[in-house]
Amino acid sequence: MKLDAKIPQGPLEEKWLNYKKTARLVNPANRKKLDVIVVGTGLAGSSVAASLGEMGYNVKSFCFQDTPRRAHSVAAQGGVNAAKNYKNDGDSVYRMFVDTLKGGDFRAREANVYRLAECSLNLIDQAVAQGVPFGREYGGYLNNRSFGGVQVSRTFYARGQTGQQLLLGTYQALMRQVDKKTVALYSSHEMLDLVVIDERARGIIVRNLETGEIEKHAAHAVVLATGGFGKIYYLSTLAMGCNGSAIWRAHKKGAFFASPSWTQIHPTSLPQSGDYQSKLTLMSESLRNDGRIWVPKKAEDTREANTIPEEERDYYLERRYPAFGNLAPRDISSRAAKERIDAGHGVGPLKNAVYLDFSKAIKEQGQAKIAEKYGNLFRMYEKITGTNAYKEPMKISPAAHFSMGGLWVDYELMTTIPGLFALGEANFADHGANRLGANSLLQASVDGYFIAPYTIANYLADQIRTGKISTDHPEFEKAVKENKEKINNLLRIKGSRSVDYYHKKLGKLLYDYCGLTRTAEGLTYAIEEIKKLREEFYKNVYVPGENDTMNAELEKAGRVADYLEIGVLMCYDALTRNESCGAHFREEFQTEEGEAQRNDVDFQYISAWEWPGSLEQEPILNKEELKFEFVQPTIRSYK
Amino acid sequence: MKLHLKIWRQKNRKAQGKLVNYTLENVNPHMSFLEMLDTLNEQLIQNKEEPVEFDHDCREGICGQCGVVINGNAHGPLENTTTCQLHMREFKDGETVLIEPFRAKGFPVKKDLKVDRSAFDRIISAGGYVSVNTGQAPEANSIPVSHAIAEAAFDSAACIGCGACVATCKNGSAALFTSAKITQLAILPQSQEERKERALNMIAQMDKEGFGHCSNTEACEVECPQGISVLNIARMNYEYNRASFLKFKK
Repeated sequence: MKLDAKIPQGPLEEKWLNYKKTARLVNPANRKKLDVIVVGTGLAGSSVAASLGEMGYNVKSFCFQDTPRRAHSVAAQGGVNAAKNYKNDGDSVYRMFVDTLKGGDFRAREANVYRLAECSLNLIDQAVAQGVPFGREYGGYLNNRSFGGVQVSRTFYARGQTGQQLLLGTYQALMRQVDKKTVALYSSHEMLDLVVIDERARGIIVRNLETGEIEKHAAHAVVLATGGFGKIYYLSTLAMGCNGSAIWRAHKKGAFFASPSWTQIHPTSLPQSGDYQSKLTLMSESLRNDGRIWVPKKAEDTREANTIPEEERDYYLERRYPAFGNLAPRDISSRAAKERIDAGHGVGPLKNAVYLDFSKAIKEQGQAKIAEKYGNLFRMYEKITGTNAYKEPMKISPAAHFSMGGLWVDYELMTTIPGLFALGEANFADHGANRLGANSLLQASVDGYFIAPYTIANYLADQIRTGKISTDHPEFEKAVKENKEKINNLLRIKGSRSVDYYHKKLGKLLYDYCGLTRTAEGLTYAIEEIKKLREEFYKNVYVPGENDTMNAELEKAGRVADYLEIGVLMCYDALTRNESCGAHFREEFQTEEGEAQRNDVDFQYISAWEWPGSLEQEPILNKEELKFEFVQPTIRSYK
Repeated sequence: MKLHLKIWRQKNRKAQGKLVNYTLENVNPHMSFLEMLDTLNEQLIQNKEEPVEFDHDCREGICGQCGVVINGNAHGPLENTTTCQLHMREFKDGETVLIEPFRAKGFPVKKDLKVDRSAFDRIISAGGYVSVNTGQAPEANSIPVSHAIAEAAFDSAACIGCGACVATCKNGSAALFTSAKITQLAILPQSQEERKERALNMIAQMDKEGFGHCSNTEACEVECPQGISVLNIARMNYEYNRASFLKFKK
């Protein structure tokens, strides 16, 4: 299939303006006749649902959490980027565009990335008007901080809870529309399937998580804003409920899946401490401004950190990347940590961590200054580990964090199924092979507030005469039947292993063979092992309880069943990309100094995978060639 | 560590619940409280028993989904800590731990330790917002907000909506939750237009949901994982009186 990204003509800075000028519109009187389903209530989902509701469309909003305000956007700490240039330090939309494109290792579309930077300006205005309490200077104007990979201060923040505050702004906008009855809210509902009728997305099947009831919902357009699937690694920085099921089930109905293997592994998370561990808590990247990362020079060194003399410490980031040092980008820092850990220099009881040491900063600036900057993070560290990081270094470790990959979308954020849109982390569009810090809140918000309301209207313009979509259509009945069977199958197995057992096994396979570094041999092995694991899952999993009640194990089982399929596609994706770029590092493709070796001649494309129709067949690779008209790809160097 | 657990089990909204005893061996002091419950569930699954349902999601103290009453304290013994951030090193070997859902008239139990907190959503939708549509916003720096006001607004806005305040209040009052949002928006300049209606409508909704009145015991502040101050409640009372007075003044 020929993929058409539908990028508007014209110079870079006029593309989005040109699109908006010529996009089709829906008359206000007609909007209430058009139904839109939005799945997910994070920044992308809540903002698009609220915006469409304000415009007068009939919106239904779904989330699996007990209230929309819990969606995982809430957990982002550091900030949100915008090219306001309030610091007068030479920032501009163009500069932000270049930083983001380069940060993504030239594996994203120029037009999308430029639009992201362009719309960043409006987002800050919108959030401030909603009452988001961003950090301010004493004169009352907005303050900024800086983040990794850039040379300007463009990050807006609300202490260490920027995601929470942005999400609450959006949530409140959504609840206002719920009150006005333009949006109907379905909390504690999980999407099970997408319904496609005559090649258009026409509705979804959901399960009421309290009663187990399977419901049908029809609409003229469906929006998936269901976030990332990094939880596939089991241990990750994501919330326990984050999952890939909505986009995966849409994929099996025809939506292409782009670059599934591009997962950002965040360098500063807390290390695993035991088998019981359920998640890895993130410590903000900002700590690397004052913390120095090191491991003992001697392998298998078991001495306490403070007893290891200075000359026996290896500050490996400062050694390898003197220009950026401890602030090297996330992909590079994480890989460097893994290299040292694998070589036997890891620290902590499981030898799986590196030190993040503040002693020099405390000596130079005083403990009070460090406490002022990072006090909440030090408190959180002590709460979780019981260790005082003012006295001894933190132990940190890389952890799966963000999915750059997701459903393939065109410039309108529409998937390969007409009428199905994917927003925020659920799509692949803007971050290329590596996302810069503080760009995820931005992308989710911009997609929902400023892009999708235009592009969905453009799609709906020719749907006015379609009339109400009925849930009586045989496709709905078929989907309900299939999903009930799927659930009953899972409940019927009654084997001897818990769902988590399989999830942990899968996570370990992916982390080892499709994580920070990959090899053809390892990926081929992982594909076979995951397939075996999947077979065993369907023979031996134990899902307790019934369908007609609240059943967290059943919810997990459905998600892990999908992960066992997504994992295989991730490995195929990594296996077919014979280059290293951004977060994707193939050991066979590195420079003599151990840096990523990109191959622009053969791999300057986005891999868009097509569902072959069954699990027995190999997935089908489609390519969207990337063209760089305005910025020529260069080698990313942080030395 | 070995723990004796007494956990509230209730099949659904209508069923009668009861405390059930469990013994859990090999509890690691570095486990979080929820990981301890995961471990119990793993054990129950191995024994083909139904696992305990409990609310949780982010497990880093910000989403507000988790929360149980532990030995009589909402979110357990530590100050400013959600259940997910509480670790087993706070408990002793051989200790008996009583685990119950957040109980209040406004929070019906759905199953086991899960409660329905949708009343909070309805309080927010009664007025806990600024009526600004997408695209209407003026340039961000055209509305200066003093550093002190911005910080104070943040302190109120930091509420995670977990409901510990309600669970801990002897009256089952949602005053701390409601007042935090009213205060945040009452002090920021960009949300002045609806200040009176917001206070009146949100408070009316709070009462309608069956939450009790505040009688100033200040227990809510003690249990709040975000340390939201009871001064917000004083501010809410002020806003309510101000709005009631100004409403009739033409």
